Amino acid sequence: MHIPDGYLSPQTAIPMIAVMVPVLGVAANKVKNDLKKRQIPVLAAGAAFSFVIMMFNLPVPGGSSAHAVGAVLLAILLGPWAACLGVSVALIIQALVFGDGGILAVGANCFNIAFVMSFAGYYTYKLIKGAADKLSSRGMAAAFIGGYVGLNIAALTTALMFGAQYHLFQAADGTPLYFMYPIKIAVAAMMSEHLILAGPVEGLVTVIALWFVGKNYPALLSDSPKWIASNDKGVGSHV
Amino acid sequence: MFKTFKNLWWGLLVLIILSPLGLLATGTAFGEWGMDELVDEVGFIPAGLAKFADFWQHVVLPDYSVPGMEAGFGQAAAGYIISAVVGVLLVVLVISIFYRLAKD
Repeated sequence: MHIPDGYLSPQTAIPMIAVMVPVLGVAANKVKNDLKKRQIPVLAAGAAFSFVIMMFNLPVPGGSSAHAVGAVLLAILLGPWAACLGVSVALIIQALVFGDGGILAVGANCFNIAFVMSFAGYYTYKLIKGAADKLSSRGMAAAFIGGYVGLNIAALTTALMFGAQYHLFQAADGTPLYFMYPIKIAVAAMMSEHLILAGPVEGLVTVIALWFVGKNYPALLSDSPKWIASNDKGVGSHV
Repeated sequence: MFKTFKNLWWGLLVLIILSPLGLLATGTAFGEWGMDELVDEVGFIPAGLAKFADFWQHVVLPDYSVPGMEAGFGQAAAGYIISAVVGVLLVVLVISIFYRLAKD
């Protein structure tokens, strides 16, 4: 889902950077003002988790590959704005240091994988979870579906960006200038592998990681975040 | 940064060690074909794509590999793990800025 440079026209890539600058500005402000100092290590570990989980490529029949992202897990733990910031940091480092995703395309990639996924997944999760406990079976089902839906909507917006290039940007001789397949093909290819394979894996990853966090640090899944408000130093000793 | 929530970092370390499993999927993701793969997968290289594909020239660990460590799965796996460690440290470094900014 990391769009490399060259697949998007500059007319698409540059405006996406222009969109993501203020979005990440808001996200940074939200993290600075709404999160407590003691929550930042959770954000760091979550963003690092997202970085690493994206390295677990899954083989897709037909010779392609896909991967989970972990954005919805972060959104459940710390809210969608913090998730958007954390995953964006991972994506920007992936582009700069590892060449995974383009630099011109980094705005588009942060929009799809960090922003769209975090918010779509988080609100799907909230809607399904309702008032249920995070670790209840309903809470876990909501986490699975939130991860599934979040990743797939991100795959959809990525496919639409890809496909739009074919229709909007062609050379004088009619050959595509950037991404080379029509929207229909981009959507069919992206959605089939994410609906059938990467989506369920994202759901599982979200559930397993949430369970792991809840087992070790139940306070992190508490809906009444006393551990954030109180001044005791026992944050790490809730085991 | 690492003192609280130790088990989260231990969990992460396990994932880093397991990360070379991601190398087993050798296929390139849809829409992420490199210049060499485009000819095979698509049949041609679009003109605009060729112009911008190499926009960024400063990739240090291309595709999570350490240059010179590509001979066989063992070296690739080691390069992958090194890449994961570098990536995690950089992510933590950037997020730790917010540790200074956020209030108690």
